[in-house]
Amino acid sequence: MTAAAPDYTLAELCIVACAEAWRNDGEVLATGIGLVPRLAAGLAKLTFNQDLMMTDAESVLVAEPVPVGPRGNYQVKVEGWMPYLRTFDLLWHGRRHALVGPVQVDRYGQMNISAVGDHAKPKASLLGVRGFPGNTLNHPNSLFIPNHGPRVFVAGEVDVVCSIGYNPARWPGGVKPADLDLRLCVTDLAVLDFGGPDHAMRVVSLHPGVMLEQVQAATGFPLYVEGTPPVTPAPTAEQLEIIRTRLDPHSLRATVFKGNPGGVRQAA
Amino acid sequence: MADKRMTPAQVVARLQDGMTLGIGGWATRRKPMALVRELLRSPLKDLTLVAYGGPEVGMLCAAGKVKRVIFGFVSLDVQPFDNHFRNARQAGQVAASEMDEGMVQWGLRAAAMRLPFLPTRVGLGTDVLKLNPWLGTVRSPFADGEELVAVPALKLDAALLHVSESDEKGNCTIQSPDPFFDDLFARAAKEVFISCERVVPTAKLINALTARLQPFERSLVTGVVELPFGAHPTASAPFHGIDVQHLADYNAAATPEGWADYRARYVDLPDHDSYIRACGGYGRLAGLSLPVF
Repeated sequence: MTAAAPDYTLAELCIVACAEAWRNDGEVLATGIGLVPRLAAGLAKLTFNQDLMMTDAESVLVAEPVPVGPRGNYQVKVEGWMPYLRTFDLLWHGRRHALVGPVQVDRYGQMNISAVGDHAKPKASLLGVRGFPGNTLNHPNSLFIPNHGPRVFVAGEVDVVCSIGYNPARWPGGVKPADLDLRLCVTDLAVLDFGGPDHAMRVVSLHPGVMLEQVQAATGFPLYVEGTPPVTPAPTAEQLEIIRTRLDPHSLRATVFKGNPGGVRQAA
Repeated sequence: MADKRMTPAQVVARLQDGMTLGIGGWATRRKPMALVRELLRSPLKDLTLVAYGGPEVGMLCAAGKVKRVIFGFVSLDVQPFDNHFRNARQAGQVAASEMDEGMVQWGLRAAAMRLPFLPTRVGLGTDVLKLNPWLGTVRSPFADGEELVAVPALKLDAALLHVSESDEKGNCTIQSPDPFFDDLFARAAKEVFISCERVVPTAKLINALTARLQPFERSLVTGVVELPFGAHPTASAPFHGIDVQHLADYNAAATPEGWADYRARYVDLPDHDSYIRACGGYGRLAGLSLPVF
């Protein structure tokens, strides 16, 4: 007898793990950049934090999360206006929690989305710093990394420090900025946070079937571990129902990971 | 009362080598692309661009017009990266003055208010200050004594914007859901050139209820250019959406041969009508659906 096939995918596991970022936030703007973070914000709002505010990813605030992909007859439930000017005002004011997807992350939680290599003549020119400097100085941020590996979690500092992190050498006056608050970091292998000594990255849980050694080997700096990390909780039936029927009816999440693997890794 | 209507060629004739140009819109929305194509056809060079960047940045870089870009991002949205801009960056061909999106706004606002700078915390603790030695710091004169970043005024020689409608005097509306920062680009610039979907009589432009759709007053406007679909291939809601296929073709043409071919097909044309025909005609463009993200 072999075990029954897992009834949820890795993408669904990550969506559920990312949603936890907003559990205790109350009435803030939840911004999920990219498919998994966006679905996670919607899941948080439809389950344990109905006070969250979110947008249609264009210019209006919506009373319920907008399903991703073609909308058919779905009518957006507008509850307000959120053009970029107001978004800037809001985020500098602090009542926002963004879940973002950097290209590189270092041990301080400093992130890079600007360029790989020398900034003046980069090996790879990426997006630009976008809102990362202001976001990280003003409101909580969490991370989603779909490709946990040493090229993402780099050994030294990231090539271009786009966001402020827990690196005292870079803090103005050597003092931690009051609103600097990095929360969760969900990857395809594990859930991490910055709860180790001096905000070191800490292993919160390992995804089903993933070994701690595997996570450490895929990370370019030492991770803090307390005892034996628990297994990342599986999605509940209610969460899967909401993801599959309300938030992502066209199953765009099946494209996040190559081959759309199940949520429980099989032993090699 | 002045009639400010102009042709694209008359707009570009007022620009000079080495100028700092602000380009309105945001990534793939309401970019003044028809005016940009006129720039591409001109001999202008050594430009500094200030933008929430979309395809205009990559095109102007590909054509060798750009010395420096002041930006928070350059993106084609549906495709995250503009390959033409990437090529220019990776060749070290353009100086990249890269700031937080909010700092770009702050620099434009400082210029708009005719201040030397505006203070912010944003940028502290990141590489933004190291990469932009032209930014300063300033200490709060109050009891907190906090050290802050001073974002210098981003003074523009000219701003190019694509709005919805305008009268011939430069009273205009932006009817799309987000006006972005076009008002600041306008106020930060010595001269402002707007392209619009259509020129309409003042009485048909707005009324007391819709007056808030006007982003800035006409005294800022130097020239008005009627260019229906003048933002194509970017969106100009509520008139038309993003031409995703066109942007994909443009992005795939990021080789010398590819760019030469793109230029021949879409840039080196006698007039705007020829461009619209090359893109499939007014009917096709009117049918481009509005973006859904």
